Amino acid sequence: MSTCASVTHVTLPHRDSRWRAGEVHAPRERPAGARSTQPRRPMQPAQLLKALALSLTIGLAAAANAADPNETCMMCHADASAKGAGGKSIAVDAAGFARSVHGEMQLKCTDCHADVSADKLPHPEKLKPPACANCHEDAAARFAGTVHGKARADGRTIAASCRDCHGAHDILRTSDPASRTNHVNLEQTCAACHGNEALIKKANLPGGNIAGMYHDSIHGRLLHEKGSRQAMAPECTDCHGTHDIRAKSEKASRVARANIPATCGNCHQREKTVFDKGMHGKMLQAGNAAAPVCTDCHTAHTIQETTRPQWQLAVIGQCGNCHDDFISSYRLTYHGKVTNLGFANIATCAACHGAHDVRPASDPLSKVSAENRLATCRTCHAEAGPKFASWDPHPQPRNKERSAILYYTWIFMQALLAGVFVFFGLHTVLWAYRSLRTALARKRGNR
Amino acid sequence: MSTNVSDAARPETAPQSAAAPHAGRYYRRFGFIERLMHAGLMFTFIGCALSGLPLLFPYTGWGRALAALMGGFEGAALVHRVSATVMVIVFVSHIFQFLWRGLASGNILSVLWGPDSLMPQPKDIVDLYQHVKYFLGLGPRPNFDRYTYWEKFDYMAVFWGMFIIGGSGLMLWFAVPLSHYVPGWMFNVATLVHGEEALLAVGFIFTIHFFNGHVRPEKFPMDLVIFTGRVAEHELKEERPEEYARLVREGRLVQIETTPPSARAIAFGRAIGGTALVLGIVTIVLILYGLLVG
Repeated sequence: MSTCASVTHVTLPHRDSRWRAGEVHAPRERPAGARSTQPRRPMQPAQLLKALALSLTIGLAAAANAADPNETCMMCHADASAKGAGGKSIAVDAAGFARSVHGEMQLKCTDCHADVSADKLPHPEKLKPPACANCHEDAAARFAGTVHGKARADGRTIAASCRDCHGAHDILRTSDPASRTNHVNLEQTCAACHGNEALIKKANLPGGNIAGMYHDSIHGRLLHEKGSRQAMAPECTDCHGTHDIRAKSEKASRVARANIPATCGNCHQREKTVFDKGMHGKMLQAGNAAAPVCTDCHTAHTIQETTRPQWQLAVIGQCGNCHDDFISSYRLTYHGKVTNLGFANIATCAACHGAHDVRPASDPLSKVSAENRLATCRTCHAEAGPKFASWDPHPQPRNKERSAILYYTWIFMQALLAGVFVFFGLHTVLWAYRSLRTALARKRGNR
Repeated sequence: MSTNVSDAARPETAPQSAAAPHAGRYYRRFGFIERLMHAGLMFTFIGCALSGLPLLFPYTGWGRALAALMGGFEGAALVHRVSATVMVIVFVSHIFQFLWRGLASGNILSVLWGPDSLMPQPKDIVDLYQHVKYFLGLGPRPNFDRYTYWEKFDYMAVFWGMFIIGGSGLMLWFAVPLSHYVPGWMFNVATLVHGEEALLAVGFIFTIHFFNGHVRPEKFPMDLVIFTGRVAEHELKEERPEEYARLVREGRLVQIETTPPSARAIAFGRAIGGTALVLGIVTIVLILYGLLVG
């Protein structure tokens, strides 16, 4: 059995039927009419003919009357069952567009679909992608520097474009609770790719199903609450950014190792202040690449309440990633044995060393400094005597330099055990041999 | 050498001796108090072993399951401390009984020396030497008296264990109040000694003692004498010829003659002893597994 370091997906399988990987772009709670939900039917030849005839009629009509170009477009695109020559739906939900931020602004279809002209209808089957950058210059320029933008520039068109996050004809203001980019919906928006197992595999997305992990984390669970707590919960973009999402390997990334305390510190200011003054924080400031940051102990996407026993036990393993010799000596003590058995209500690493404020024992401010050690012991062993702290919480019986008496005790016990078991082991083996021979001889004699 | 072993008295198959009530005569070997104390040691020893072993093998599934079964480490500690306390009570009452017996006999030295004493004596060295020669086919079986050298070792081991494990255990139990008088590093030593000595005790009892006292071919599957207190005449004669001869010589044999063990006593002994045997052997397998994966 492995140690309890496994990720705790406490709410898996998802109890929330609203949320399923691959389905996230169409949450069932989204207000009706926000997106087209018309069922698709295969087009019959008669329908196809009818549609073609209709297009011709509209083309002629449009040529005659160009007062409202959108109305002209909708003559074809309003039909929910309308399909292009390739069989793909060309339907546009007029009501949805009208509610959208672009609809509100009374943009014309041709403002985005600039390669369509009312003079030349029907327009070619294949259109250029809408040029969002024409209006959203700044966002588009910043997007080009993101991990998504760079991937697309490299030809990996599976990477998210404007439309994948914002939608197409139904783009709402981010402040609108129904918007894909609204605080409460962003998890689902990102999960369309980062929670979609097939796509994760296909695009080899870093971190695997991070949306699923986030969903069960303390942040994810907070997001699923209501009211002010929900508003407090960070979602994907709070840590990763929006038009500045960068791979963590990039120095400028919000989630680059060196920047993580600052990113987490946006909300957890108090912890960050303490961390910055502690040993690990100072190592990080000194540019030490091995310095642990928030996510090394807390993880990135599976963050749990620090009061959870599973987390308290798992974090011992995280400390052990660097301090493995201290873990093996800790495991020789009652503290270390009990935590290894799976019970957390006993001294863990942080109980003695502190967490964000961890300092070397040589630092007088450290919880385990010579000055503070006894007081630290007394947080649990309230009545501990003055000599109590000479107990070694990291004993090394095989290390003569650390404690000669423990070393010689260990040697003596090893010799005692070996002596007794070797002597009586041989005694038993010989006796068994003799007894079996005697018993066999007796059996033969009886025959 | 084996002058007192009468071939006619030899049973056809040894295991039969430990089985159903035998037609022959029976003699009392252990009194009620001794049997009760053995039972007390047995139960408390198993209690301590099962509640303590998870701490020696906390990385194993069985260790974790056992600890969880006892309600976590607080529950296991309770089982451990209750068992240990009862064991100490059994031990202390044995010391009193031992002294009482000595005083009652009018000669306190009789419990410390002589063939009826459990104290190691020169004959034990000779017996061990001859026994090993016998194992190797180089001589006859030695003439054992009332207590053999391996039985004395088991007995003395309880004293050693009681002081070492009991002492270190009490230190760890009362570490906080004791820390006003002794330095903290003593608890590191106590932890080490307690665990190693526990492994020695558990390993020894559940393998060597089980073999010597119970599962060896002559006794298989177990010797019920510690549960019924009675030993069959042929068994006494064969196993402990020196004692038998001495009892005959001193005219004490008739004094200790008793009825055969009742069917109920045998069933009881088999149930208790059998359970302990199975538990012990399973424990050894789990320990070996723990040592292998550790």
